[in-house]
Amino acid sequence: MAGPLTLYDKIIDRHRIMSLGAGVQGREERLLLYVDRTVLNEYTSPQAFSGLREAGRKVWRPQAALGVVDHVNSTAANRTDAVEDKGAQGQIDYFARNGRDFGIKMFDVLDPRQGIEHVVLPELGWVLPGMVIAAGDSHTTTYGAFGVVGFGIGTSDIEHLLATQTLPYTRLKRMRARFEGPLPVGVTAKDLIMTLIRKIGADGAAGHALEFAGEAIDALEVEGRMTICNMAVECGARVALMAADEKVFAYIAGRPRSPSGAMLAEAQKTWADMRTDKGAVFDREIVIQAAQVAPMVSWGTSPDQAGTIDDVVPDPEAVAADKRAGVVRALEYMDLAPGTPLSDIRIDRAFIGSCTNARLSDLRDAARVLRGRRVAPGVRAMISPGSSSVRREAEAEGLDRVFVEAGFEWRQSGCSMCLAMNDDVLAPGERCASSTNRNFEGRQGTGGRTHLMSPAMVAAAAVTGRLTDVRALKLLKA
Amino acid sequence: MEKFVSVKGVACPIPTANVDTDVIMPKQFLKGIDRSGLAQGLFHNLRFDERGNARKDFILNKPATQDSRFLVVGPNFGCGSSREHAVWGMLQYGIRAIIGTSFAGIFADNAANNGLLLVTLSASEIAALFDAVGPTGREVLVDLEAQVINAGDLSIAFSVDADRRTALLDGLDRIGGTLRHADSIRSFEAEYLKASPWLCDRIDA
Repeated sequence: MAGPLTLYDKIIDRHRIMSLGAGVQGREERLLLYVDRTVLNEYTSPQAFSGLREAGRKVWRPQAALGVVDHVNSTAANRTDAVEDKGAQGQIDYFARNGRDFGIKMFDVLDPRQGIEHVVLPELGWVLPGMVIAAGDSHTTTYGAFGVVGFGIGTSDIEHLLATQTLPYTRLKRMRARFEGPLPVGVTAKDLIMTLIRKIGADGAAGHALEFAGEAIDALEVEGRMTICNMAVECGARVALMAADEKVFAYIAGRPRSPSGAMLAEAQKTWADMRTDKGAVFDREIVIQAAQVAPMVSWGTSPDQAGTIDDVVPDPEAVAADKRAGVVRALEYMDLAPGTPLSDIRIDRAFIGSCTNARLSDLRDAARVLRGRRVAPGVRAMISPGSSSVRREAEAEGLDRVFVEAGFEWRQSGCSMCLAMNDDVLAPGERCASSTNRNFEGRQGTGGRTHLMSPAMVAAAAVTGRLTDVRALKLLKA
Repeated sequence: MEKFVSVKGVACPIPTANVDTDVIMPKQFLKGIDRSGLAQGLFHNLRFDERGNARKDFILNKPATQDSRFLVVGPNFGCGSSREHAVWGMLQYGIRAIIGTSFAGIFADNAANNGLLLVTLSASEIAALFDAVGPTGREVLVDLEAQVINAGDLSIAFSVDADRRTALLDGLDRIGGTLRHADSIRSFEAEYLKASPWLCDRIDA
């Protein structure tokens, strides 16, 4: 291949089976793309399996798929594999049956490896640099932290992938976001990505594979990088990417499904090339000075409607004309008045969970804030670890005690109140500080109001009862 | 997949930016294992109040637009969750094409896979179309064969990916089409896995 290449193009080139013809003018070719792996959940996969059944088709490579129940299950401490909702129970039962009939391993609710799909796959060592992973969930971008082209697909494409191990694919444009300089104290990966989303808008990276680079990214641990790639879809990126480095290699080593020994050494030689060549050209580049990033909170109903914690609720009259109607509607839904300091907004609920921010490092961040403190009167606070493994590790460190003593409910793992397909739901009008990824209307419950922020910021809001700059709280060691 | 060749019907304006799939198909309609009952779910929380009565102020509940076949929409339509239920709901309601300046990637793929035509126009073209359909919608013709939209005196040319256009015009089974290349997939796969032996899947772990 001639000339310096982006990481994205290197991976796509390695997975390109054949051309399917030219794209529309000004766009890249359509191609048939080989997909390494997929992960299935119980709510976007049922109709895909029904489609296979109706057509009498088999799964091309059953060992390249894995299933995990995560969206509709209960997170109650004493949960069983039964749920009250008949529809949800039907999904759980059909999921298990599909695994049996098509030879795909499925982790049920009570499996010790159960958890949110995007937390579970890396834990297993199933996400390796240079892969293509497509799955029926938009946050499949998470795997970009490993130098993986990961992207969300719908149910028809799940069926296509299961039947053929491929997808018809249009190559994306390439975009790079550089975070220059070191990360300030008290600022997290969540604040970096929320800053970018606010800057470029909810469609700012639409049609692009978005690569992250720069000193602040390199300095992050792998879990923080996953948070950034996870939320890249909230600015429209179909794919997020970061160069695989020694931290990624160390993360992978020794996990249940990782290669080991001589195989690992051979793999690492290939993985070392999983980075953008010097001089490779991007269609678009954006630079953010990390020193200027501060803790972020959202005030509206789109992830780009956010500000730093010392901002005020914006005045619709002061925003650009094409954004005004959206701001008016958001403020009405969120019941917020222009000019209100964000730190004056009182909350009813606090939630730490989701594929964005419920890994062990996120729980440690929250515990550092909560140790020796109590949740404010009138606030109901919940924490749902990203996986059953994270839950066990947190308990081994005694984090569960910190949360319980602070007044948080210590739940089981699942998507929980990120999209509220289970019993964990906001009541109409309730306002929640949330470590999740979306603040859409009705997302956490019809009429519920979501403010997105980092786990440490959720913990700070929980103890003061209002949106709070975590940097103003004295932190004890976790 | 239902064919789309040339369709005439009312185009309904929804100019809001960033209309997400949570709003298009709320979570209470996602608990099935089939594709049924999703017309009722389309924009449910905007169309109906808590008691299930139609909200008179929502555009699709106006007499002129309740039988719309097309939506003319704001930027970044269909962002958010991958839920294909949003596209199934559109089709079950009777929407055949959505016309806007940009669509979220997963939503666009889901639409193509189900025969829901997405037409991408420039900002100036969409502004002209919004003017032509007015605040309450009007009848337009969307001709995929000729790749043109006609709304009164206004005529706008558009283009879509060649393979997607063919699939829509013919109502093709995509998986069947790909499986015609099964030998190519198999030989690619064998070579690829040989070159990257660490990818061989251990399913015991």
